[in-house]
Amino acid sequence: MSNSSIPVRKFDAVIVGAGGSGLRAAIQLSEGGLKTAVLSKVFPTRSHTVAAQGGVSASLGNSEEDHWHWHMYDTVKGSDWLGDQDAIEYMCRMAPEVVVELEHFGMPFDRTDEGKIYQRPFGGHMSNFGEKPVRRACAAADRTGHAMLHALYQRNVRANTQFFVEWMALDLIRDESGQVLGVIALEMETGEVVAFHAKATIFATGGAGRIYYSSTNAFINTGDGLGMAARAGIALEDMEFWQFHPTGVAGAGVLITEGVRGEGGILRNSDNERFMERYAPNAKDLASRDVVSRAMVTEINEGRGCGPNKDFVLLDITHLDPATIMKRLPGIREISIQFAGIDPIQAPIPVVPTCHYQMGGIPTNYKGQVVAADGVPVKGFYAAGEVACASVHGANRLGTNSLLDLLVFGKSSGDSVIEDLATGKVAHQDLPENFAERTLARLHRLNTQTGGSDVNETRLELQRTMQKHCGVFRFKDMLAEGVAKIVEIEKAVARTEIKDKSQVWNTARVEALELDNLIEVAKATLVSAEARKESRGAHVRDDAPDTAENPNGRDDANWHKHTLWQREGSSLSYKPVTMTPLTVETIALKTRSY
Amino acid sequence: MDERERINRLRWRCTRRAMLEMDLLLGEFLERIFPTLGPAQADAFIILADMEDLELWPLINGSRECTDSVQAEVVALLRDVRVK
Ligand SMILES: Cc1cc2nc3c(=O)[nH]c(=O)nc-3n(C[C@H](O)[C@H](O)[C@H](O)COP(=O)(O)OP(=O)(O)OC[C@H]3O[C@@H](n4cnc5c(N)ncnc54)[C@H](O)[C@@H]3O)c2cc1C
Repeated sequence: MSNSSIPVRKFDAVIVGAGGSGLRAAIQLSEGGLKTAVLSKVFPTRSHTVAAQGGVSASLGNSEEDHWHWHMYDTVKGSDWLGDQDAIEYMCRMAPEVVVELEHFGMPFDRTDEGKIYQRPFGGHMSNFGEKPVRRACAAADRTGHAMLHALYQRNVRANTQFFVEWMALDLIRDESGQVLGVIALEMETGEVVAFHAKATIFATGGAGRIYYSSTNAFINTGDGLGMAARAGIALEDMEFWQFHPTGVAGAGVLITEGVRGEGGILRNSDNERFMERYAPNAKDLASRDVVSRAMVTEINEGRGCGPNKDFVLLDITHLDPATIMKRLPGIREISIQFAGIDPIQAPIPVVPTCHYQMGGIPTNYKGQVVAADGVPVKGFYAAGEVACASVHGANRLGTNSLLDLLVFGKSSGDSVIEDLATGKVAHQDLPENFAERTLARLHRLNTQTGGSDVNETRLELQRTMQKHCGVFRFKDMLAEGVAKIVEIEKAVARTEIKDKSQVWNTARVEALELDNLIEVAKATLVSAEARKESRGAHVRDDAPDTAENPNGRDDANWHKHTLWQREGSSLSYKPVTMTPLTVETIALKTRSY
Repeated sequence: MDERERINRLRWRCTRRAMLEMDLLLGEFLERIFPTLGPAQADAFIILADMEDLELWPLINGSRECTDSVQAEVVALLRDVRVK
């Protein structure tokens, strides 16, 4: 196939992704009068944002005094000082505005008696610079993400945004100068490959949690945006930082909320011991997420895991009154029966620390512009949401800050596009002669491969390697072995074979193409993690322990910097953390303790 | 649309959903139970798979009533799925 056989569609802007961040960006563009295309692998309101239940944070102060500066402090501290303070200030200052805007878009927030948005407490939300808990989370019952997505989608329908549903973007188009000119995408229903030629391209493709064997993320989170960016020569930032949730159902990954331990659930090892008593004598099973996760992994690594492979621990609620379980935890009982085959009234639930959220991503500034290593924006390229790294979450995300990130940076990336177009910074450029060559070669290889590797088996191998070698608790030798293994798996990914060669609705092909993206994310994660010789936030190494000189294993003298992983040669470089906020004083480095 | 296309489209809609729980449940159902369904039940399942997760979940956990008896049969089968 030559380039000329690919149809080209021209837009002012193309957005890849129709979750919270993509839809928020699309509102800016469509209402700003730009001809905008939004591509999505699924119908917009099926995006993974739906899964978010907890809420979205904003210092509205509806129930008690609150201030964006306190929110900023909590976020910097939560990030273990790896977050950029300009971006964090921007996000926290903008929070009340974007949340109220969302309310005006029709978001059915829970209300106080006076009709204001109701706010509830959440882990890590404090008033007066860490003094005492404050109510900052705004929610719509336990369906905040769902409600948010519907409100944003309706607004887009009104603004005539053009959606391309069940289309998969395959690659970025860049010219010789590095400017981004759109994407190449595959329509699943026809198998047709089309170029979306745009002045501006926004990536809002969400996370990549499926690189892990045990993940709370839906199957759709295959890191396509990261894969596309990496193949196009864009470095990925801070990919070693992944947030884990202590209690995912072993195997399935489905989340069991902290509420179960709140109701009296106990974690036990193969000796039936309540092991948290040893690790956290006071808080025990209710210690913070990272403490519990690490304790679980230590138990498993020291041979006290349960089951035939000794690879999980047990969450026990059998001592609770069945009536209490039926009344307070009915959903959890159902989940356990369906996904672990166990009725928790009779037997404990097998659980493992489970991958939940990706802090790293495509490097951007707080305006949503993708930036090169020197901080200069990549012309025509923008990113927002979980795929992007602004970086507001640094080494560890605070609960409810992700939904906020979608709103703030979805909006700011849209505003940047409008401004860059209006000022002529970006305009339509001709597509280069060979713009589709690599993508078509990739598709051709997949169509003609014989004697190759199986997609499912290779994906499983990748996921097991990440789980074992780069999980919640990291070990020097395991990381090094993991890097060697992932390089081998990469070879298998380059030789995947699919039996179904048909054009229309070829899901085998799509899954092979998703695997092409997963491998880039897995490599970036392992290589970045192996290199970072400290513990910080979610990246915890056995050989970087808590000492007087380096509390919690954090080594600011050598490692207070962002990682940048480049696909070419799988090489690393580093850039400084922005410590200067926009208007307030720097929040100086301090030991993170709660 | 031929049978392969029909099944593949359904597979995408069963395994690329908003919530992991639903990917697992509908994916497992499609592999193991769907091939055993009669035509009316198969049609009912396709309608269920086209629903959003937060419409479908209340049917599965019984907090919302099914609209007809065939749908109720399929939902009962879904409820019995044990993900391996
Ligand atoms: C179980 C769970 C609970 C959570 N709860 C909370 C919470 O309470 N509060 C909070 O703040 N955060 C929460 N999070 C995190 C938060 O939900 C996510 O980080 C956020 O929703 C991601 O939104 P997004 O817009 O970046 O991407 P998504 O909503 O994941 O959307 C990605 C979009 O990109 C599209 N896409 C991807 N690849 C391609 C491609 N190649 N071509 C075309 N389209 C593509 C998809 O179709 C989709 O439309 C939770 C996460 C999980 C897993």
